[in-house]
Amino acid sequence: MALTSNHEGKVALITGAARGQGRSHAVRLAEEGADIIAVDLCAQIGSVAYPMATPDDLAQTAKEVEALDRRIVTRQADVRDMAALQAAVDEGIAELGAVDIVLANAGIAPQLTSDPDPDHEQAFRDVVEVNLFGVRNTVHAAVPSMIDKGQGGAIVLTSSTQGLTGRGGDGSGGMDGYAAAKHGVVGLMRTYANWLAEHKIRVNTVHPTGVQTPMIENDEMTAYMEANPGISAALENLMPVESVEAVDISNAIAWLVSDHARFVTGVTLPVDAGFTVK
Amino acid sequence: MAGRLEGKVAFITGAARSQGRSHALRLAEEGADIIAVDIAAPVESIGMYPPATEDDLAETVRQVEALDRRIIATKADVRDPAALKSAVDDGVAQLGKLDIVLANAGVFEIFPALELADSAWQEMIDINLTGVWNTCKATLPHLIENGGGAMVLTSSTAGLKGTPNTIHYTAAKHGVVGIMRTLANEFAANSIRVNTVHPTGVDTVMIQNEKTRGLFLGGAENPTREQAAEAFEATNALPVPWVEARDISNAILFLVSDEARYITGVTLPVDAGYTVK
Ligand SMILES: NC(=O)c1ccc[n+]([C@@H]2O[C@H](COP(=O)([O-])OP(=O)(O)OC[C@H]3O[C@@H](n4cnc5c(N)ncnc54)[C@H](O)[C@@H]3O)[C@@H](O)[C@H]2O)c1
Ligand SMILES: NC(=O)c1ccc[n+]([C@@H]2O[C@H](COP(=O)([O-])OP(=O)(O)OC[C@H]3O[C@@H](n4cnc5c(N)ncnc54)[C@H](O)[C@@H]3O)[C@@H](O)[C@H]2O)c1
Repeated sequence: MALTSNHEGKVALITGAARGQGRSHAVRLAEEGADIIAVDLCAQIGSVAYPMATPDDLAQTAKEVEALDRRIVTRQADVRDMAALQAAVDEGIAELGAVDIVLANAGIAPQLTSDPDPDHEQAFRDVVEVNLFGVRNTVHAAVPSMIDKGQGGAIVLTSSTQGLTGRGGDGSGGMDGYAAAKHGVVGLMRTYANWLAEHKIRVNTVHPTGVQTPMIENDEMTAYMEANPGISAALENLMPVESVEAVDISNAIAWLVSDHARFVTGVTLPVDAGFTVK
Repeated sequence: MAGRLEGKVAFITGAARSQGRSHALRLAEEGADIIAVDIAAPVESIGMYPPATEDDLAETVRQVEALDRRIIATKADVRDPAALKSAVDDGVAQLGKLDIVLANAGVFEIFPALELADSAWQEMIDINLTGVWNTCKATLPHLIENGGGAMVLTSSTAGLKGTPNTIHYTAAKHGVVGIMRTLANEFAANSIRVNTVHPTGVDTVMIQNEKTRGLFLGGAENPTREQAAEAFEATNALPVPWVEARDISNAILFLVSDEARYITGVTLPVDAGYTVK
């Protein structure tokens, strides 16, 4: 049984919703009654070594949400492209109504590569553009409709343990950018929590440790870990688990956006098997 | 519908009233049985609000039983390790085991730092810091025996941020975070999760008294609840003066549930944006 109170009649915007955590969040919130605006790039980014999501993945998310008898609007859009993102969000709102919940979840991890000689500068630029600019764009695309509606709301930005620590740092452009962007997301959360408090819009971050999704369950990641044994040791959790499941992040988010957390804002919430306290 | 804590047993300190009672009821609503302790008597250096009584503790018992859950309540002081241990051991003997520990008991007083009596400093540290450790020490063996569990220690926004006139309280509440971080590391291998919650003002007698209102209002005389609300609200980011005990209970319920099975070592503010402001 779902722990949190229900989201009947709410509309949730979720980026990176084609697969992995984004899909899990969509299903979790739909189970509690929310309708979903699902956005994903569904295409490859050059500096990312592992395969990214496809249009079929996004269609699968739609199928799973519809199977729960909830409505979903899916759009292929790049969170780096404000105009495209705004159009996607506006179309979703036209169909489902104003947004109540925003999950800025889309992200890339170009550091996870078997390539011993990647284009470091490109990787740094790409990850900062997706993981930091993309989060800003997502919030700004949705917030005006939330303020207009005047019913408050909840925003969760997906950071990472790399948004709280630099453990495993290796000087690669991808890792530099990933840690910088994920720390930057905390800055966005804090400034937004202050900006939006008067509108009763709450803003928090979640900080997952490794999550069993296609981002880390792929051959590139396996090769990267084998080539960098020091990093895999540095990335060990405190609790005796290698990684957590997408649903664990969804459960934390479902609580954060529910009325059970109605006075929780400005918080960095690790879901990390004790990684940061270690 | 089965509750989320069906078959679990929770130990709660300071359970006679306010937050402690609210936690007992919230967990019982979800199916947990309760082992409750409270001093149910005055504490010498605390003069600004009335102490909990034995009647209060009896009322917690009545309300938990009305939910059809079992509760073993004992009058015990968290400063007395032997009394705590026997309350815990006795509760576990009757209810079968222990899964959840809430170190909630605490006191609050306001003094300018240089006017604080040595004895008042000591009493605060004894209750709000050592009392939390005593609670953990009395319960950890049962959680280990149980094969795991979840502990939530009640700190405060004063465990993350400093404010004038609360030196002993602020020091103790920061110390609670140190206890949490150490135990999270030391007992992770036993599948014991340990987290803290950090409430902003909660609508209980601890803040709804003349002296606390006066502190927030810069020394105004006979401040009303309404005047205080305005001053309290100015300290939070969200436009609310304080939160309800139930809001802290809901956060604790999440933290001790299986939905948070990988959350440990976390300082969780439930503070209407007090610390981010
Ligand atoms: N998996 C982990 O170990 C882990 C750990 C901590 C944090 N995270 C973060 O969690 C979030 C979700 O990741 P995941 O684990 O589900 O990985 P994933 O790769 O399975 O999912 C990420 C999704 O984001 C989409 N996306 C990427 N760039 C985009 C863009 N520019 N515009 C729109 N969509 C885009 C991808 O297509 C993909 O569907 C990310 O922000 C990631 O950084 C992941
Ligand atoms: N009310 C607030 O604004 C606020 C804000 C942040 C944190 N807190 C913390 O929340 C916790 C609960 O406080 P509350 O608001 O419910 O106040 P409260 O005074 O109504 O309840 C505290 C309970 O703890 C008991 N207690 C005190 N000393 C004890 C001892 N030595 N041994 C056993 N029991 C003892 C009291 O008898 C009382 O029943 C405390 O730790 C407090 O510091 C309260």
